[in-house]
Amino acid sequence: MSNWERFLDTFFNGRVMARYLPDIAYGTLVTIELAALVIISGLAAGLALALVRSLGFRPLNLLIVFVVDLFRALPPLVIIVFIYFGLPAVEVSPSGFISTWLSLALVLMAFSEEIFWAGITSIHKGQWEAARSTGLSYGQTLIHVVLPQAIRLTIPPLTNRTIAITKGTALGTVVAVSEILGMASSAVSNSYNPSPLTLGAIAYLILFLPMVIVGRWLETRMTWKR
Amino acid sequence: MLQTFFNLDIIGQAWRIILAGLGNTVLLSVIVVPLGLLGGLALSLLAGVRKPWVRWPLMAWVDFFRAFPPLVLLIFLYAGLPFVGLELGGFACVCIAFFLNNGAYYGEILRAGIESVPEGQTEAARSTGLGRYQTMLYVVLPQAVRNVLPDLLSNTLEVVKLTSLGSVVAMPELLFQARQAQSLTYNPTPIVFAAVIYFVLLWPLVRLLSRLENRALARP
Repeated sequence: MSNWERFLDTFFNGRVMARYLPDIAYGTLVTIELAALVIISGLAAGLALALVRSLGFRPLNLLIVFVVDLFRALPPLVIIVFIYFGLPAVEVSPSGFISTWLSLALVLMAFSEEIFWAGITSIHKGQWEAARSTGLSYGQTLIHVVLPQAIRLTIPPLTNRTIAITKGTALGTVVAVSEILGMASSAVSNSYNPSPLTLGAIAYLILFLPMVIVGRWLETRMTWKR
Repeated sequence: MLQTFFNLDIIGQAWRIILAGLGNTVLLSVIVVPLGLLGGLALSLLAGVRKPWVRWPLMAWVDFFRAFPPLVLLIFLYAGLPFVGLELGGFACVCIAFFLNNGAYYGEILRAGIESVPEGQTEAARSTGLGRYQTMLYVVLPQAVRNVLPDLLSNTLEVVKLTSLGSVVAMPELLFQARQAQSLTYNPTPIVFAAVIYFVLLWPLVRLLSRLENRALARP
C-alpha cells in the first residue's frame, strides 16, 4: 500500500464511513435541534433584555449590564461544566443537552443584548421625539419606528456572532450530548479508525459553511455605516 | 448554598492546583494570540493580491476554518493524527488548531482594516518614495489596526476564552485544573473559583469593548 492509499484508508475509509453514516446523521439532527433552540431562545432573551434596558430603570439596567458582562467574560465551556457538573451538588441535575442549550443561550443572550442595545441607541433621538409627537405611544414607537431601523443595523454583527456561538454546540460532546462530534468520537473509538471524524467534519461544513457565506454576504451588503 | 459553591475550606485546599492552571491559561494565551495574529496578518496581506488564483483559494481557506468549530478541529488533530503516526500532544494540538482557526478570524478583521484605509494613503506614501513594504508597514497597517481595534480586541477576548478547550485534550489549564480539584474534593467550589478568575481577568476587557462598540455606533 502506498502512503497515499494508506492515508485514504485511514481518513476516508468508505466501509467505516458507510457503517457510521446513520450515527453521524443522527448527531447532525441533534446538532440542528440544539442550534435552533439556542438561536431562538438566545436571541429572544437578548432582545427582551435590550427592550427592558431601553425603559431606563437604573437599578435594573445595572443588573442587566452585569449579567451581560458576566456571560461575555465567561468561556461557554466553563458555564457548561458548571451547570452539568456543579449544579448536581444542590440536587439539580440537568441533562447534557439542557446544560449545553442553557449555557449557549445565555451567552448568545448576552452578546445579542449588547448588539440590540447598540442598535437601539444608534437611532437618533429625533426619531423618538418625532414619533411620540405624532401621537404614537412608547411601545408603538419602539415597534414601528425604532426597532425596524435598529434591527436592520444589527443584522450583520448579529449573524456573525450567532454563527460563532452556534458552533459551540460541539462543546456538548464534553457533557455527553450525542451531537455530531460526540457521535463521531465514539465511532472512532469503536471502529479504531478516524474516518467518522472526517464524516463529522463534513457534516459541520455542510451545516456552517452556508451560514458563514451568508454572513460574509450580509456584511458587505449592509454595513454599520448609514 | 455557600457551603456548596463558595466553600472556603475547599478553596484553601485547591487554590494551588487552580493557580497552576491559571498560569498555564495565561501562558497558552500569550502563545496563541500572537500566533493567530501572525497567521491573520499573512492572510490579510495575501488578500491584497488581486489575482483570482490567490483570492479564491484564500477566501475558501478563511471560510473553511471559520465554519469549523474549533473543538472539532482540535479533536481531529488530537484523536485523528495519531492514526497516521503523528502524536502531537495536547499542547501542540491546541496551538495548531488555534493558529488555523484564529488566523482565519484575525485575517478577516485585518483585511477589513486594510481595505478601510483609503487608496490615496498608499498613493501618497508611494509618491514620497516609500517602497511597497514600507508603505504597508508604516502607513497602511497602523491606520488599519486602529480602524479595527475593537474587532481585534473582541476576537482576542474570544481566543482567551477558547483556551478553555484545552481541558478537553488534557492540557492542564484553568478549567482542567478546576475539574481535577472538583473531583478530588467532591465539591463544585473549584469550578466557581475558576469562573470567578476568568471573570475578574476578562471583565476589564469586556467593559472596554462595550465602550468602544457603543462609541463606534454613536459616531454620526
